[in-house]
This record gives sequence, C-alpha cells and structure tokens, in this order.
Amino acid sequence: MSDTTTIMAPREARPTAASPPETAITVTGVSKTYGDGRSAVLALDDVSVDIAAGEFMCLLGASGCGKSTLLNLIAGLYHVTDGTIDTAGRRSALMFQEPALFPWLTAAANVELALTLRGWSRRNARERALDLLARVRLDGFASKRPHELSGGMRQRVALARALAQDADILLMDEPFGALDAMTRDLLHDELERVWSDTGLTVVFVTHNVREAVRLGDRIAVLTSRPGRVARIYDVPLERPRRIESVEVTEITAAVTARLREEVARHGR
Amino acid sequence: MAVETPPRAASVEDDVLDTEIAGLDALEIPRSEKSSLRSRLWGGTWPKLIAIGLVLSSWQAVVWSGWRPPYLLPGPVEVFETLFDAAATATFWQAILITMQRAAVGFALAIVIGTVIGFAVSRSKVLRSGVGSLITGLQSMPSIAWFPLAILLFRLSETAILFVVVIGAAPSIANGLITGIDHIPPLWMRAGKVLGARGFAAFRHIVLPGAMPGYVAGLKQGWAFAWRSLMAGELLVIIANRPSVGALLQFNRDQSDAAGLLAMMVVILAIGIAVDTVFGAADRAIRARRGLVDTAA
Ligand SMILES: Nc1ncnc2c1ncn2[C@@H]1O[C@H](COP(=O)(O)OP(=O)(O)OP(=O)(O)O)[C@@H](O)[C@H]1O
Ligand SMILES: [Mg+2]
Repeated sequence: MSDTTTIMAPREARPTAASPPETAITVTGVSKTYGDGRSAVLALDDVSVDIAAGEFMCLLGASGCGKSTLLNLIAGLYHVTDGTIDTAGRRSALMFQEPALFPWLTAAANVELALTLRGWSRRNARERALDLLARVRLDGFASKRPHELSGGMRQRVALARALAQDADILLMDEPFGALDAMTRDLLHDELERVWSDTGLTVVFVTHNVREAVRLGDRIAVLTSRPGRVARIYDVPLERPRRIESVEVTEITAAVTARLREEVARHGR
Repeated sequence: MAVETPPRAASVEDDVLDTEIAGLDALEIPRSEKSSLRSRLWGGTWPKLIAIGLVLSSWQAVVWSGWRPPYLLPGPVEVFETLFDAAATATFWQAILITMQRAAVGFALAIVIGTVIGFAVSRSKVLRSGVGSLITGLQSMPSIAWFPLAILLFRLSETAILFVVVIGAAPSIANGLITGIDHIPPLWMRAGKVLGARGFAAFRHIVLPGAMPGYVAGLKQGWAFAWRSLMAGELLVIIANRPSVGALLQFNRDQSDAAGLLAMMVVILAIGIAVDTVFGAADRAIRARRGLVDTAA
C-alpha cells in the first residue's frame, strides 16, 4: 500500500554497508480497535512499516490519526487487535506525549529511577542523571519537583529519563511540542548527536513537517480515521543538518505540498 | 550510551545560547518566598488557641449556670489543677507510657496486616469481589462489639486489647491503600512499566508512592479507630499492676472523682489531637511535594 518517494535525488545518508540494514521494528498488518460494540474506535487499520536498525523515522499525521497508539503498541504497553509487531528482543524506551514524570520525585530522582531500576548503584546513577540533565540544559533544576518546572522543562526531564534507559529503540511522542524555537533547535542537535553516537533506532512523532525533515532519515505520513500509512518519504540530506538550511526548507516545502495534495484528494 | 560530548565547531555560539536559555528558564520559574518558621508556627497556632479558649469558657459558663452541682461537674480551673497534681505522680506517667506502648504496638501490627491485605486485594479481582466488601463491613463494626469474643478467647490480657486494636484499625488502613492504588493514573503505571519496574520494585517505587495520599488518609482513620478501640479496651480489660489511661479513668469513676475523671479525659483528647496533628502535617507535606497545594495564588 505505502510507496516510497524520494524527493531529492541521490541518497548518500547512512547506512552505506553493502548488505541491507537489519530491521529493528517490523510492523505487519497491525490494527488496533479501542473498546467494543457500538463504541468501538478503529484507531489503526492494517498498518505495515519496517524500521531499520539505527534509523531515524519520523511519523507525521493529523491529530487523532493513531500515532500515539502506534508508539504504545511498539513499546508493548497496548495489545494489537490484529497483526504483529516484532522488535526481535530489542528494548524500547517510550517518551510519552505527556511528560509522565512521578510528582513525588525531583527531576534528578526521576532520571535516577530509570537507572536504579536497571541495577545501577545509587552513586553512579546520581552522577549519570546529573550528566543527562545537563545534556537537556537543566543542570540548575535537578532538585526541583515536576510541578515547579515549566511544561517544556518537564518534557526535557522526560527526555533525559528516556535517554537514561539506554534502550535500543527510542520512541518519542511529540517530545518538543511545548518548547520555544531556540531550545528546540538545541535539543534537535543534542538528539541527533546522541543518535549518531549510539546507533539508536528512533521513532519520532511530530506535527511539524520542518522538524521531521530536520531529524528524519524517512518520514511516514499517516492518514486519519482509520490510521494508515499513506506514504513514506526519504530525506537524503547529510548530517548534521541545520533547521534553517536551504535544503531542509526545500524538502519541507515539497513534503508540505504533497500533503496538501493528499488532503485535497481525500477531501474530494 | 557514550557520555563524552564530541567537540563541536560552534561551541562559543552554543555557550551564548545556553546562557540565554538558562535565563529564559529562570524567568519561567516563579520565585518562592519562604515565610519564616516563626510566623508560620504562629499562623497555625492562634486559631487553635482561640478554639480552646472558646471551649473552656463555654464549659465554665455551663458550670456557673448551676446545671449540675460542682462535685459532679467541676470547672476547668479545678480540673486542670487536678491534672497538674496527677502529673506529679509516677503512676500517671506509667499509665500514659503503657497506653502509648499498647497503641504503638497495635497500630504497627495493624499497619503491617492492613497493608498486606490492602495490596493483595487491590491486585486480585477474586480477592476484591470476595473480601472487598467484607473489609468495609469490618470497618463499620464498632470495636466494642469485639470485646466479649476477645475476652473469651484471650481472657483479660494484653492480647485481648491488642486483638481489638488491630481489628479496629487494619480495615481502614487496607481500605485507604486500596483507594490510593485505585486512584493512581494508568499513565504512571505505564511509565513505570517502560522503565522496567516489575514485581516488588514496581510496588516500592511506583504503586506505594503513587497511592500515598490515599494510604495516609487510611492511616489517619486507622489511628482514630485504634485509639478508640484501645480506650474501650482499657476500660473493660483492667490488668493488675498495669496502670493505663483507661484504667485511671475507670478508677476515678469508681471513686466518684469527677475532677480526676475529666482530667483523664483531657489527656485522652490531647493525645488524640497530637497524633492527628502529625498525620495532618504528613498529609500536607505530601500534597505540597506533589504540587497539590496552590502556593502561587
Ligand atoms: N484509551 C483509549 N480508549 C479509547 N479510544 C482511544 C484511546 N486512546 C486513543 N483512542 C482513540 O484512538 C484514536 C487515535 O488516538 P491517538 O492518541 O493514537 O492519536 P494521535 O495520532 O496520537 O493524536 P494526537 O496527535 O492528537 O496526539 C483517536 O480517535 C482516539 O479517540
Ligand atoms: Mg498522540
């Protein structure tokens, strides 16, 4: 169903190895229905997509089209109604759409918990948590509790906590929606750096086409009601990218134009 | 995951950006001005002083009205004089010590039992439908109704008192924990699952702290039931050479010492209020930590 479209010519991005890259996440014919009977909602319908190990995949789609549902399914928190999801034993960290921090713990302790639950010693966990908070530019706020932080700061603590899990797959649900442009640019750089340093597989949900182009190797566009993968775009740009660069702007315009066409066709 | 940060060309620019963002972040946080400990203590104390004053003056007014003769209903001055005299005796303090020991042991045992039962019931559907309403039934059963059975089973002993204290307090504690667990947002549980919290780690790090507000409410109620049961028990089960607050109360009644009786009642009330204040403070601290107290308005 879903076809791959390359918007700009040759793809030089990774991986360059001769053998095709390993698949990290195989989603095959997945459907998800919430509730049953008359109140049943078909959130996802026959979604199939393969995400390669080490790939940065962006999910783009209108509100309510099932993006969060798909991430929760990949994380194993929800059960599929139909189809299969295979991550071949890889561990996944999920950054929820809400920060989902524990209100009784400080920012640092929230991050530490992810480490101590994986067997880290208290002292090492403390050190690592402070380091991660520094990466998301929150060094001065380690001892604050979530309710003392702004919305964007909470999201950044959640990002630090997700990174602390040191998982193979990082699922991010609109992580930077509540951030000002300046902080967001900085975190794009940071995320790109962590990703390229570690070979992490990232699935990144966003509403923002430019953000998807800035970060993604590929962009999967989902349709609404029921959610389906409409199209997958390649973003063959070299890294590190800059969000204000001409190339990013051009591809953003091209993808946006295609999306408009798509929406118009659905509207008819 | 690599910890080192590779050097980057634009680091000076970044530093400027960092500083700017730190500045932005600082603006976002409302500065909290902590009032001094003294003024906070005073703020909490004066309404209580006024309330005590009102109670004592209406008590005195009833005495002055001559509704009952003073040897049956003495005024506050006489009662407090009796209390100070009693406080000079060793028996008085021994009685309070024994009573508080019983309360502490009984309450601690009730916490253990109530927590285990509450946790088990909240986890298992079968237990919930089977035992859930039984717990509420036990909770509403007056503890004094247990004494005949307790005395039959354990005779006039410490164990009889302990039994009734535990059975009075444990259901409230179990119910508080169940309510607390039921009100944990599913998102927290999912977040815990993603972080890898399973089994006892999940209970210790997510379920218990998540349920804490309901649990503390249950503990507070459990304490009230424990204290009531204990007083009832000490009136009924009097053990030789073991003075207790309840035994002194009963003794004063037998002697028709109205002032002594009222003095002991003041002691019972004071202990009850003091422990309740501790729970109240714990509850407030928990809510303040979680941002459930509006400090900005
Ligand atoms: N727990 C639930 N119970 C019932 N219906 C649900 C539940 N969660 C989601 N839905 C429904 O499933 C559909 C997809 O929801 P989902 O949260 O996945 O959307 P989304 O793409 O993440 O939207 P947004 O961009 O607004 O976050 C919606 O129609 C929603 O009403
Ligand atoms: Mg969503």
